[in-house]
Amino acid sequence: MSALLSVSEVTVKFGGVVAVEDVSLDIGLGELVGVIGPNGAGKTTLMRVITGLVKPFNGTVALDGQDITNWATDKRIRSGLALGQQIVKPLTAFTLLENVALAAGCQRMASPLQALIQTKRHKELARAHEFLDMVGIKSASDAYPSEVPLGYLKCLELARALALEPRLILLDEPLAGLNQAEATEMADLILSLVNETRSILLIEHNLREVIRICPKLYVQDQGRYLDFGPTSKVMANPKVRTAYLGEAKA
Amino acid sequence: MAYEIILATTMAITVLFALSLNIITGFCGQVSLGHAAFYGLGAYTGAMLTKAGWPLIAALPPAAVVAGSVGFVVGLASLRVRHDFLAITTMGVAFLFVGLVRKQEWLGGEIGISGIPAAQFGRPGLLVLSIICAALFAALAVYIKRSWMGFAFDSIANDEDTARVLGIDVPRFKLWAFVIGTSGAGIAGALYAHHVRYIGPDSFGFVESVTVLAMVIIGGVGSVWAVALAAAVLSVLPLWFQFVSDYKLLIYGLLVFGVMRFSPDGIAGAVKRLLNRRS
Repeated sequence: MSALLSVSEVTVKFGGVVAVEDVSLDIGLGELVGVIGPNGAGKTTLMRVITGLVKPFNGTVALDGQDITNWATDKRIRSGLALGQQIVKPLTAFTLLENVALAAGCQRMASPLQALIQTKRHKELARAHEFLDMVGIKSASDAYPSEVPLGYLKCLELARALALEPRLILLDEPLAGLNQAEATEMADLILSLVNETRSILLIEHNLREVIRICPKLYVQDQGRYLDFGPTSKVMANPKVRTAYLGEAKA
Repeated sequence: MAYEIILATTMAITVLFALSLNIITGFCGQVSLGHAAFYGLGAYTGAMLTKAGWPLIAALPPAAVVAGSVGFVVGLASLRVRHDFLAITTMGVAFLFVGLVRKQEWLGGEIGISGIPAAQFGRPGLLVLSIICAALFAALAVYIKRSWMGFAFDSIANDEDTARVLGIDVPRFKLWAFVIGTSGAGIAGALYAHHVRYIGPDSFGFVESVTVLAMVIIGGVGSVWAVALAAAVLSVLPLWFQFVSDYKLLIYGLLVFGVMRFSPDGIAGAVKRLLNRRS
C-alpha cells in the first residue's frame, strides 16, 4: 500500500543556506506523526514544501501516489491537504463562522466560473457550526477574530483546517502561546481528530505533549533527517537527545 | 429638459464606471490607479466602430472585449506585484495609454476624435441605454457579492496568503476581477464617447483615474449602493456648481481626506454604524 504522503529526498536552499537536506518521510492514512527538532532544524520549511509555499531545490512530494511537487498550494489544499499555521491567520473581516464556512466551500471555488454560478451558503454555514462545535468555540461563532483570545484563534485554525475535509492536516506549532492547561486540552483535541480517514502531521516544540499524544515521531536537526519511528524508540536514540540537549561533557 | 437628460446620462455612465472599478478595488482589494485607461479604450473602440457605421448597441460588446482583454494583461501584473507597487504599476498603465494614443494618427493623435455619431435613438434613448447598462452592471455586482466568487474576492481582499491556504486559486480570481471590472469600464467608455461626441487623450488621463477611485473610496470600497450613490452625486456636482468644477481635485481630495479620517469605510460604513447604533 502506498503512503498517503510521501516526501522523497527533498532539499531546500535559500541562497547559499541549505535549510532542508535530502529529507524523506512517509505518512500513512490514520497516523498522527510528531515532527520535532531544535529551533532552526527546518521543520517549518519542510511543512512549507509539503504545502507548496516553498519550492524544493530537489526531491518530490507525492499525495496518494500522485506527484504534487509542481502543484500550486490551492490545488494541493483542494486535493486533501490542510494547513494550520504557526502564526494564526484569521480573515479579520469575517466572523469565525464565515472563516470556517469559506474553508468548507473550497470545492465550490475550484474555478472562478464555478464560484460565480453558485450562491447558496447554508450547507457550508451549517457545516461550519459543526466544526466550531467540534473544536469547542461554537459560542463565539458570530464574533470577529479581533474580539476573541489567542486560544480561540488556535481552535479556529483547527476548525478551518477540518472544514477543508482533508486527509492530511499539517499543524505548525498549534500549542505555541498556550498555557499548559490549554496546551493539554488542545493536544487532546488534536488526538481526537485522527481517524481512519484522516492523518495529522504535527510540528511542535512542546515535547511533553508531543510524546504523550504522538505514536510516531520524525526528528530533524540542522535540516537533516535524524530519526523516524515509534516515539519510545526515537526518544531513546542518543542522537536525538544530543540534538536537543547538546553533547555531554566528560 | 435636455439639460436634465445630459445630467442624468452623465450620472448613469459615471455610476457604471465607478461600479466597474469597485469590482477590482472594492471586491477584490486590488488598488488600480489606471482605470481611466480602460474607460478610454472602450471610448476609442466604440467611437471608431460607430464612425465606421456600426450601431452603438453593436459597438458596446467590442468595447468591453478590447478593454477586458487589456485588463487581463494588466491583471497579470497584479499576480507579480501587490499593494503600493500594484498602484504604481496601474498608474503606469494610465500614462502609457495616454502616451500611446497621443502618437497614433489613426486615433486622432493629440486632437482626438470628433464628430462621433449621435446615438440613433437620440439623447433620451442614450439615457435609457446608459441607465440599463448601469443597472445591469449593478445587478451583476450585487449577484457577484452574494455568490461564492464574492466570498472568494472578500477573502483575497482581506488576506490573499490565507485565501491561498484555504484552497482558493488567488491568481485566477484576481484575473477575473480585472476582466469583469475593465470590461465594465469599456462599456462605460463607449457610452461616454457617444454622450460627449468628442474624445481626446486628455479625457482619460490620470486625473480621471484618481477621480473614479475617489468615488469608490467616498462611497465605501466594496459597497454597491454606496459607490453608485457617491458616483451619481460627485459626477453632477461639477455640472451643478461652477466652483466645484473649478476646484474639482481640491474638493475631491478634501472629501477623500475627510472620509479616511472620519469613516475609512466610506458612506457605507458610516450608514452601517448609524443603523447599528439605532437598533
